[in-house]
Amino acid sequence: MSASDPHERTHVAPETLTLALHHRVGAFRLDVDVAVPPGLAVLFGPSGAGKSLTLRLVAGLDAPVRGRITLGDTVLVDTDRGHFLAPQQRRLGVVFQEHRLLPHRTALANVALAVREGDRAARREAAHALLEQVDAAELAGRRPAALSGGQRQRVALARALAGRPRLLLLDEPFSALDQPVRRRLRGLVRDLVDAAGVPAVFVTHDRAEALALADHVVRAEHGAITRVATGDDAAALLDEP
Amino acid sequence: MEAFAEVDWFPLWLSLRVATLATVVTTVVGVAGAYALARTHFPGRGLVEALASLPIVLPPTVLGYYLLVLIGRDSPIGQAWEALTGSPLVFTWQAAVLAAAVASLPFCLRTARAAFTAVDTRYEEAARVAGLPEWRIAVTVTLPLAARGVIAGITLAFARALGDFGTTVMVAGNVPGRTQTMPIAVFDRVQAFDYASAGVLAGVLAAVAIVVLLVVRRLERSTL
Repeated sequence: MSASDPHERTHVAPETLTLALHHRVGAFRLDVDVAVPPGLAVLFGPSGAGKSLTLRLVAGLDAPVRGRITLGDTVLVDTDRGHFLAPQQRRLGVVFQEHRLLPHRTALANVALAVREGDRAARREAAHALLEQVDAAELAGRRPAALSGGQRQRVALARALAGRPRLLLLDEPFSALDQPVRRRLRGLVRDLVDAAGVPAVFVTHDRAEALALADHVVRAEHGAITRVATGDDAAALLDEP
Repeated sequence: MEAFAEVDWFPLWLSLRVATLATVVTTVVGVAGAYALARTHFPGRGLVEALASLPIVLPPTVLGYYLLVLIGRDSPIGQAWEALTGSPLVFTWQAAVLAAAVASLPFCLRTARAAFTAVDTRYEEAARVAGLPEWRIAVTVTLPLAARGVIAGITLAFARALGDFGTTVMVAGNVPGRTQTMPIAVFDRVQAFDYASAGVLAGVLAAVAIVVLLVVRRLERSTL
Protein backbone atom coordinates (compact mmCIF):
# COMPACT_ATOMS: atom_id res chain seq x y z
CA MET A 1 0.00 0.00 0.00
CA SER A 2 1.58 3.22 -1.08
CA ALA A 3 0.20 6.22 0.74
CA SER A 4 1.22 8.52 -2.11
CA ASP A 5 -1.21 6.85 -4.53
CA PRO A 6 -4.65 8.46 -4.00
CA HIS A 7 -6.43 5.41 -5.41
CA GLU A 8 -4.72 3.09 -2.94
CA ARG A 9 -5.27 5.41 -0.01
CA THR A 10 -8.99 4.62 0.19
CA HIS A 11 -8.04 1.09 1.18
CA VAL A 12 -6.01 2.22 4.15
CA ALA A 13 -8.03 1.38 7.26
CA PRO A 14 -9.00 4.53 9.15
CA GLU A 15 -7.43 3.59 12.47
CA THR A 16 -3.93 2.72 11.40
CA LEU A 17 -1.33 3.77 13.95
CA THR A 18 1.75 5.29 12.39
CA LEU A 19 4.89 6.22 14.23
CA ALA A 20 7.96 7.92 12.82
CA LEU A 21 10.04 9.26 15.64
CA HIS A 22 13.32 9.53 17.42
CA HIS A 23 13.53 9.61 21.19
CA ARG A 24 16.27 9.68 23.82
CA VAL A 25 16.23 8.89 27.52
CA GLY A 26 19.70 9.31 28.97
CA ALA A 27 21.99 7.13 26.86
CA PHE A 28 19.13 5.07 25.42
CA ARG A 29 18.13 5.92 21.87
CA LEU A 30 14.88 4.82 20.30
CA ASP A 31 13.98 5.01 16.63
CA VAL A 32 10.53 3.96 15.53
CA ASP A 33 9.24 3.91 11.98
CA VAL A 34 6.19 1.70 11.50
CA ALA A 35 2.56 1.70 10.39
CA VAL A 36 0.54 -0.66 12.58
CA PRO A 37 -2.65 -1.87 10.85
CA PRO A 38 -5.87 -2.25 12.88
CA GLY A 39 -6.46 -5.55 14.62
CA LEU A 40 -4.45 -7.06 17.43
CA ALA A 41 -0.82 -6.11 17.01
CA VAL A 42 1.81 -7.64 19.23
CA LEU A 43 4.84 -5.51 19.93
CA PHE A 44 7.43 -8.21 20.49
CA GLY A 45 11.01 -7.98 21.63
CA PRO A 46 13.42 -8.44 24.52
CA SER A 47 13.37 -6.38 27.70
CA GLY A 48 15.04 -3.03 27.27
CA ALA A 49 14.20 -2.78 23.57
CA GLY A 50 11.99 0.26 24.10
CA LYS A 51 8.54 -1.38 23.94
CA SER A 52 7.09 0.24 27.05
CA LEU A 53 8.64 3.56 26.14
CA THR A 54 6.95 3.37 22.73
CA LEU A 55 3.57 2.80 24.39
CA ARG A 56 4.18 5.79 26.68
CA LEU A 57 4.88 7.95 23.63
CA VAL A 58 1.66 6.78 21.97
CA ALA A 59 -0.32 7.38 25.17
CA GLY A 60 1.14 10.86 25.52
CA LEU A 61 2.81 10.20 28.87
CA ASP A 62 6.12 11.18 27.29
CA ALA A 63 6.80 13.43 24.32
CA PRO A 64 9.28 12.26 21.67
CA VAL A 65 12.40 14.32 21.06
CA ARG A 66 11.25 14.57 17.47
CA GLY A 67 8.81 12.88 15.16
CA ARG A 68 5.19 12.23 14.49
CA ILE A 69 2.52 9.80 15.68
CA THR A 70 -0.89 9.55 14.03
CA LEU A 71 -3.96 7.42 14.70
CA GLY A 72 -6.29 7.36 11.71
CA ASP A 73 -6.62 11.03 10.71
CA THR A 74 -5.70 12.28 14.16
CA VAL A 75 -2.23 13.65 14.70
CA LEU A 76 -1.30 12.69 18.27
CA VAL A 77 2.05 14.42 18.20
CA ASP A 78 4.07 16.25 15.57
CA THR A 79 7.20 17.91 16.89
CA ASP A 80 7.84 19.77 13.61
CA ARG A 81 4.60 21.67 14.09
CA GLY A 82 4.87 21.90 17.86
CA HIS A 83 1.72 19.80 18.13
CA PHE A 84 1.08 17.63 21.19
CA LEU A 85 -2.33 16.19 21.98
CA ALA A 86 -2.83 15.81 25.75
CA PRO A 87 -3.24 12.19 26.93
CA GLN A 88 -6.79 13.04 28.02
CA GLN A 89 -7.70 13.97 24.44
CA ARG A 90 -6.25 10.87 22.78
CA ARG A 91 -9.05 8.50 23.82
CA LEU A 92 -6.83 5.51 24.37
CA GLY A 93 -7.34 2.66 26.81
CA VAL A 94 -4.19 1.59 28.61
CA VAL A 95 -3.56 -1.51 30.70
CA PHE A 96 -0.25 -1.15 32.48
CA GLN A 97 2.06 -3.86 33.70
CA GLU A 98 0.97 -3.05 37.25
CA HIS A 99 -2.77 -2.58 37.73
CA ARG A 100 -2.57 1.06 38.89
CA LEU A 101 -6.09 0.92 40.33
CA LEU A 102 -6.77 3.55 42.97
CA PRO A 103 -6.35 1.79 46.34
CA HIS A 104 -9.00 3.94 48.04
CA ARG A 105 -11.71 3.19 45.46
CA THR A 106 -13.74 0.06 44.78
CA ALA A 107 -13.36 -1.82 41.51
CA LEU A 108 -16.62 -0.29 40.32
CA ALA A 109 -15.56 3.26 41.22
CA ASN A 110 -12.21 2.75 39.50
CA VAL A 111 -13.96 1.77 36.29
CA ALA A 112 -16.65 4.46 36.63
CA LEU A 113 -13.97 7.17 36.89
CA ALA A 114 -12.83 6.32 33.37
CA VAL A 115 -16.31 6.40 31.80
CA ARG A 116 -16.45 9.65 29.88
CA GLU A 117 -20.12 10.12 29.12
CA GLY A 118 -23.25 10.48 31.24
CA ASP A 119 -24.11 11.50 34.78
CA ARG A 120 -23.00 9.69 37.92
CA ALA A 121 -25.68 7.01 37.76
CA ALA A 122 -25.11 6.36 34.06
CA ARG A 123 -21.36 6.08 34.60
CA ARG A 124 -21.84 3.55 37.39
CA GLU A 125 -24.22 1.57 35.23
CA ALA A 126 -21.74 1.56 32.37
CA ALA A 127 -19.03 0.45 34.81
CA HIS A 128 -21.24 -2.45 35.93
CA ALA A 129 -21.72 -3.54 32.34
CA LEU A 130 -17.97 -3.36 31.71
CA LEU A 131 -17.18 -5.44 34.79
CA GLU A 132 -19.65 -8.01 33.52
CA GLN A 133 -17.90 -7.99 30.16
CA VAL A 134 -14.60 -8.93 31.80
CA ASP A 135 -16.29 -11.51 34.02
CA ALA A 136 -15.72 -9.51 37.19
CA ALA A 137 -19.23 -8.35 38.10
CA GLU A 138 -19.03 -9.92 41.56
CA LEU A 139 -15.90 -7.89 42.35
CA ALA A 140 -17.63 -4.51 41.95
CA GLY A 141 -17.65 -3.63 45.65
CA ARG A 142 -14.10 -4.72 46.43
CA ARG A 143 -11.03 -2.57 46.72
CA PRO A 144 -7.86 -3.54 44.82
CA ALA A 145 -6.19 -4.85 47.99
CA ALA A 146 -8.93 -7.50 48.25
CA LEU A 147 -8.42 -8.73 44.68
CA SER A 148 -6.02 -11.31 43.24
CA GLY A 149 -3.52 -10.32 40.58
CA GLY A 150 -5.67 -11.72 37.79
CA GLN A 151 -8.80 -10.02 39.13
CA ARG A 152 -7.00 -6.69 39.30
CA GLN A 153 -5.97 -6.94 35.66
CA ARG A 154 -9.56 -7.81 34.70
CA VAL A 155 -10.72 -4.64 36.41
CA ALA A 156 -7.87 -2.69 34.80
CA LEU A 157 -9.02 -4.07 31.44
CA ALA A 158 -12.57 -2.91 32.14
CA ARG A 159 -11.24 0.52 33.04
CA ALA A 160 -9.21 0.70 29.83
CA LEU A 161 -12.38 -0.02 27.82
CA ALA A 162 -14.50 2.45 29.81
CA GLY A 163 -13.59 5.51 27.77
CA ARG A 164 -14.63 3.78 24.50
CA PRO A 165 -11.04 3.97 23.32
CA ARG A 166 -10.00 4.25 19.70
CA LEU A 167 -7.01 2.08 20.51
CA LEU A 168 -6.08 -0.23 23.36
CA LEU A 169 -2.51 -0.28 24.65
CA LEU A 170 -1.51 -3.24 26.81
CA ASP A 171 1.97 -3.20 28.34
CA GLU A 172 2.83 -6.78 29.35
CA PRO A 173 -0.41 -6.78 31.34
CA PHE A 174 -0.28 -10.40 32.43
CA SER A 175 3.45 -10.94 32.93
CA ALA A 176 3.10 -11.18 36.72
CA LEU A 177 0.37 -13.84 36.56
CA ASP A 178 0.67 -17.62 36.44
CA GLN A 179 0.11 -19.56 33.22
CA PRO A 180 -3.56 -20.71 33.47
CA VAL A 181 -4.75 -17.22 34.50
CA ARG A 182 -2.62 -15.73 31.77
CA ARG A 183 -4.13 -17.95 29.11
CA ARG A 184 -7.65 -17.11 30.20
CA LEU A 185 -7.01 -13.37 30.23
CA ARG A 186 -5.31 -13.60 26.86
CA GLY A 187 -8.50 -15.17 25.50
CA LEU A 188 -10.48 -12.37 27.09
CA VAL A 189 -8.37 -9.72 25.36
CA ARG A 190 -8.85 -11.51 22.05
CA ASP A 191 -12.65 -11.60 22.56
CA LEU A 192 -12.84 -7.96 23.67
CA VAL A 193 -10.80 -6.72 20.74
CA ASP A 194 -12.98 -8.70 18.34
CA ALA A 195 -16.26 -7.74 20.02
CA ALA A 196 -15.49 -4.04 20.38
CA GLY A 197 -13.72 -3.86 17.02
CA VAL A 198 -11.09 -1.77 18.72
CA PRO A 199 -7.48 -2.09 17.56
CA ALA A 200 -4.90 -3.00 20.15
CA VAL A 201 -1.16 -2.99 20.66
CA PHE A 202 -0.09 -5.72 23.05
CA VAL A 203 3.46 -5.61 24.37
CA THR A 204 5.12 -8.88 25.30
CA HIS A 205 8.52 -10.55 25.33
CA ASP A 206 6.88 -14.00 25.57
CA ARG A 207 6.97 -15.77 22.19
CA ALA A 208 4.08 -18.14 22.98
CA GLU A 209 1.90 -15.24 24.05
CA ALA A 210 2.81 -13.31 20.91
CA LEU A 211 2.01 -16.32 18.72
CA ALA A 212 -1.34 -16.89 20.45
CA LEU A 213 -2.52 -13.31 20.05
CA ALA A 214 -0.99 -11.67 17.03
CA ASP A 215 -2.85 -10.52 13.95
CA HIS A 216 0.25 -8.47 13.31
CA VAL A 217 3.71 -8.61 14.79
CA VAL A 218 5.81 -5.52 15.34
CA ARG A 219 9.43 -6.35 16.15
CA ALA A 220 11.36 -4.34 18.70
CA GLU A 221 15.14 -4.68 18.77
CA HIS A 222 17.41 -2.62 20.96
CA GLY A 223 16.16 0.85 20.27
CA ALA A 224 14.82 0.10 16.79
CA ILE A 225 11.21 -0.63 15.89
CA THR A 226 10.82 -0.80 12.12
CA ARG A 227 9.49 -4.21 11.09
CA VAL A 228 5.82 -5.19 10.86
CA ALA A 229 4.27 -8.37 9.46
CA THR A 230 0.77 -9.85 9.18
CA GLY A 231 -0.64 -13.39 9.00
CA ASP A 232 1.87 -16.16 8.22
CA ASP A 233 4.60 -13.57 7.92
CA ALA A 234 3.82 -12.50 11.48
CA ALA A 235 4.78 -15.87 12.91
CA ALA A 236 7.90 -15.84 10.78
CA LEU A 237 8.86 -12.37 12.00
CA LEU A 238 8.75 -13.62 15.60
CA ASP A 239 11.57 -16.04 14.81
CA GLU A 240 13.68 -13.82 12.64
CA PRO A 241 17.02 -12.89 14.18
CA MET B 1 -10.01 23.22 92.21
CA GLU B 2 -10.07 26.81 93.30
CA ALA B 3 -7.59 27.77 90.61
CA PHE B 4 -10.04 26.78 87.86
CA ALA B 5 -12.79 28.97 89.29
CA GLU B 6 -10.61 32.06 89.29
CA VAL B 7 -9.23 31.67 85.77
CA ASP B 8 -10.42 34.07 83.11
CA TRP B 9 -11.36 31.74 80.24
CA PHE B 10 -11.65 34.44 77.59
CA PRO B 11 -8.11 33.76 76.28
CA LEU B 12 -9.00 30.10 75.69
CA TRP B 13 -12.04 30.93 73.53
CA LEU B 14 -10.13 33.64 71.71
CA SER B 15 -7.24 31.27 71.07
CA LEU B 16 -9.53 28.55 69.76
CA ARG B 17 -11.25 31.01 67.44
CA VAL B 18 -7.99 32.55 66.22
CA ALA B 19 -6.28 29.19 65.75
CA THR B 20 -9.27 27.72 63.92
CA LEU B 21 -9.54 30.62 61.47
CA ALA B 22 -5.76 30.68 61.01
CA THR B 23 -5.84 26.95 60.27
CA VAL B 24 -8.52 27.49 57.62
CA VAL B 25 -6.30 30.08 55.93
CA THR B 26 -3.23 27.88 56.30
CA THR B 27 -5.05 24.84 54.93
CA VAL B 28 -6.23 26.61 51.79
CA VAL B 29 -2.91 28.34 51.08
CA GLY B 30 -0.71 25.53 52.40
CA VAL B 31 -2.35 22.57 50.65
CA ALA B 32 -2.73 24.38 47.33
CA GLY B 33 0.85 25.68 47.60
CA ALA B 34 2.19 22.26 48.55
CA TYR B 35 0.46 20.71 45.53
CA ALA B 36 1.92 23.37 43.25
CA LEU B 37 5.41 22.87 44.67
CA ALA B 38 5.21 19.08 44.41
CA ARG B 39 3.61 18.74 40.99
CA THR B 40 4.41 21.78 38.87
CA HIS B 41 7.58 23.45 37.69
CA PHE B 42 7.81 27.20 37.57
CA PRO B 43 10.70 29.66 37.70
CA GLY B 44 11.55 30.74 41.23
CA ARG B 45 10.06 27.62 42.81
CA GLY B 46 13.04 27.18 45.12
CA LEU B 47 12.78 30.78 46.25
CA VAL B 48 9.06 30.45 47.01
CA GLU B 49 9.77 27.31 49.01
CA ALA B 50 12.53 29.00 50.99
CA LEU B 51 10.38 32.06 51.69
CA ALA B 52 7.49 29.89 52.85
CA SER B 53 9.81 28.10 55.28
CA LEU B 54 11.20 31.33 56.71
CA PRO B 55 8.72 31.47 59.62
CA ILE B 56 10.29 28.27 61.00
CA VAL B 57 13.76 29.77 61.32
CA LEU B 58 13.01 33.45 61.96
CA PRO B 59 12.55 34.49 65.59
CA PRO B 60 8.77 34.97 66.03
CA THR B 61 9.26 38.58 67.06
CA VAL B 62 11.23 39.30 63.89
CA LEU B 63 8.49 37.68 61.83
CA GLY B 64 6.01 39.81 63.77
CA TYR B 65 8.03 42.91 63.11
CA TYR B 66 7.92 42.36 59.35
CA LEU B 67 4.21 41.60 59.50
CA LEU B 68 3.72 44.80 61.44
CA VAL B 69 5.55 46.69 58.69
CA LEU B 70 3.41 44.90 56.11
CA ILE B 71 0.01 45.59 57.67
CA GLY B 72 0.74 48.75 59.71
CA ARG B 73 -1.37 51.89 59.37
CA ASP B 74 1.09 53.39 56.85
CA SER B 75 1.28 50.28 54.65
CA PRO B 76 -0.92 49.78 51.55
CA ILE B 77 -2.55 46.71 53.13
CA GLY B 78 -3.17 48.52 56.40
CA GLN B 79 -4.66 51.50 54.61
CA ALA B 80 -6.86 49.33 52.40
CA TRP B 81 -8.18 47.54 55.50
CA GLU B 82 -8.82 50.83 57.23
CA ALA B 83 -10.66 52.20 54.21
CA LEU B 84 -12.80 49.08 54.10
CA THR B 85 -13.61 48.64 57.80
CA GLY B 86 -13.03 52.09 59.27
CA SER B 87 -10.49 50.94 61.83
CA PRO B 88 -6.83 49.82 61.75
CA LEU B 89 -5.93 46.16 61.31
CA VAL B 90 -3.08 46.15 63.83
CA PHE B 91 -3.88 45.24 67.43
CA THR B 92 -7.13 43.43 66.53
CA TRP B 93 -8.01 39.75 66.79
CA GLN B 94 -8.01 39.64 62.96
CA ALA B 95 -4.34 40.64 63.05
CA ALA B 96 -3.81 37.76 65.49
CA VAL B 97 -5.37 35.39 62.94
CA LEU B 98 -2.97 36.67 60.28
CA ALA B 99 0.02 36.29 62.62
CA ALA B 100 -0.96 32.74 63.58
CA ALA B 101 -1.61 31.82 59.95
CA VAL B 102 1.77 33.05 58.73
CA ALA B 103 3.62 31.45 61.64
CA SER B 104 1.92 28.08 61.11
CA LEU B 105 1.91 28.00 57.29
CA PRO B 106 5.28 26.27 56.82
CA PHE B 107 4.28 23.37 59.06
CA CYS B 108 1.28 22.60 56.87
CA LEU B 109 3.09 23.40 53.63
CA ARG B 110 6.17 21.27 54.25
CA THR B 111 4.31 18.24 55.57
CA ALA B 112 1.72 18.34 52.79
CA ARG B 113 4.42 18.87 50.17
CA ALA B 114 6.27 15.77 51.37
CA ALA B 115 3.00 13.82 51.26
CA PHE B 116 2.22 14.94 47.70
CA THR B 117 5.76 14.18 46.55
CA ALA B 118 5.46 10.66 47.98
CA VAL B 119 2.37 9.90 45.87
CA ASP B 120 3.23 7.44 43.11
CA THR B 121 2.83 9.36 39.84
CA ARG B 122 1.82 6.15 38.07
CA TYR B 123 -1.68 6.49 39.51
CA GLU B 124 -1.89 9.99 38.08
CA GLU B 125 -0.72 8.72 34.69
CA ALA B 126 -3.43 6.06 34.67
CA ALA B 127 -6.04 8.73 35.42
CA ARG B 128 -4.60 10.99 32.73
CA VAL B 129 -4.92 8.42 29.94
CA ALA B 130 -8.41 7.59 31.26
CA GLY B 131 -9.39 11.16 30.39
CA LEU B 132 -9.61 12.86 33.78
CA PRO B 133 -8.77 16.57 33.63
CA GLU B 134 -5.79 17.66 35.75
CA TRP B 135 -7.90 19.32 38.46
CA ARG B 136 -9.94 16.12 38.91
CA ILE B 137 -6.75 14.08 39.12
CA ALA B 138 -5.55 16.42 41.88
CA VAL B 139 -8.82 16.02 43.81
CA THR B 140 -9.68 12.35 43.23
CA VAL B 141 -6.24 10.78 42.91
CA THR B 142 -3.41 12.82 44.41
CA LEU B 143 -5.19 14.35 47.41
CA PRO B 144 -6.74 11.09 48.72
CA LEU B 145 -3.42 9.27 48.33
CA ALA B 146 -1.67 12.05 50.27
CA ALA B 147 -4.53 12.49 52.76
CA ARG B 148 -2.75 11.26 55.87
CA GLY B 149 0.24 13.52 55.43
CA VAL B 150 -1.97 16.47 54.53
CA ILE B 151 -4.12 15.99 57.65
CA ALA B 152 -0.98 15.62 59.75
CA GLY B 153 0.26 18.93 58.35
CA ILE B 154 -3.02 20.68 59.09
CA THR B 155 -3.01 19.29 62.63
CA LEU B 156 0.54 20.51 63.22
CA ALA B 157 -0.39 23.91 61.83
CA PHE B 158 -3.35 24.13 64.21
CA ALA B 159 -1.11 23.35 67.18
CA ARG B 160 1.43 25.92 66.06
CA ALA B 161 -1.30 28.53 65.52
CA LEU B 162 -2.75 27.83 68.96
CA GLY B 163 0.64 28.25 70.60
CA ASP B 164 1.89 31.33 68.81
CA PHE B 165 3.19 34.03 71.14
CA GLY B 166 5.88 36.25 69.63
CA THR B 167 4.34 36.99 66.25
CA THR B 168 0.87 37.55 67.70
CA VAL B 169 2.03 39.87 70.46
CA MET B 170 3.89 42.02 67.90
CA VAL B 171 0.94 42.61 65.57
CA ALA B 172 -2.08 42.13 67.86
CA GLY B 173 -0.61 43.26 71.17
CA ASN B 174 -1.73 42.15 74.59
CA VAL B 175 -5.16 43.66 75.11
CA PRO B 176 -7.03 41.69 77.83
CA GLY B 177 -10.50 40.77 76.62
CA ARG B 178 -9.64 41.63 73.01
CA THR B 179 -6.37 40.22 71.72
CA GLN B 180 -4.98 38.36 74.70
CA THR B 181 -4.65 34.75 73.51
CA MET B 182 -3.74 31.80 75.72
CA PRO B 183 0.06 31.89 75.39
CA ILE B 184 0.02 35.65 76.01
CA ALA B 185 -2.27 35.17 79.01
CA VAL B 186 0.20 32.67 80.48
CA PHE B 187 2.96 35.26 80.19
CA ASP B 188 0.65 37.97 81.55
CA ARG B 189 -0.42 35.88 84.59
CA VAL B 190 3.20 35.05 85.45
CA GLN B 191 4.09 38.74 85.25
CA ALA B 192 1.28 39.37 87.75
CA PHE B 193 2.58 36.56 90.03
CA ASP B 194 -0.74 34.72 89.49
CA TYR B 195 0.94 31.32 89.15
CA ALA B 196 -2.29 29.42 89.81
CA SER B 197 -4.01 30.81 86.69
CA ALA B 198 -0.80 30.52 84.67
CA GLY B 199 -0.54 26.87 85.67
CA VAL B 200 -4.08 26.04 84.57
CA LEU B 201 -3.71 27.82 81.21
CA ALA B 202 -0.30 26.26 80.60
CA GLY B 203 -1.72 22.84 81.45
CA VAL B 204 -4.52 23.21 78.92
CA LEU B 205 -2.08 24.25 76.17
CA ALA B 206 0.29 21.40 77.03
CA ALA B 207 -2.58 18.90 76.90
CA VAL B 208 -3.65 20.14 73.46
CA ALA B 209 -0.06 19.89 72.21
CA ILE B 210 0.31 16.31 73.43
CA VAL B 211 -2.99 15.25 71.84
CA VAL B 212 -1.92 16.84 68.55
CA LEU B 213 1.41 15.01 68.56
CA LEU B 214 -0.32 11.69 69.25
CA VAL B 215 -2.74 12.29 66.38
CA VAL B 216 0.08 13.22 63.99
CA ARG B 217 2.12 10.18 65.04
CA ARG B 218 -0.84 7.91 64.36
CA LEU B 219 -1.49 9.48 60.97
CA GLU B 220 2.13 9.23 59.91
CA ARG B 221 2.63 5.64 61.08
CA SER B 222 -0.43 3.99 59.60
CA THR B 223 -0.36 3.36 55.90
CA LEU B 224 -3.21 3.34 53.47
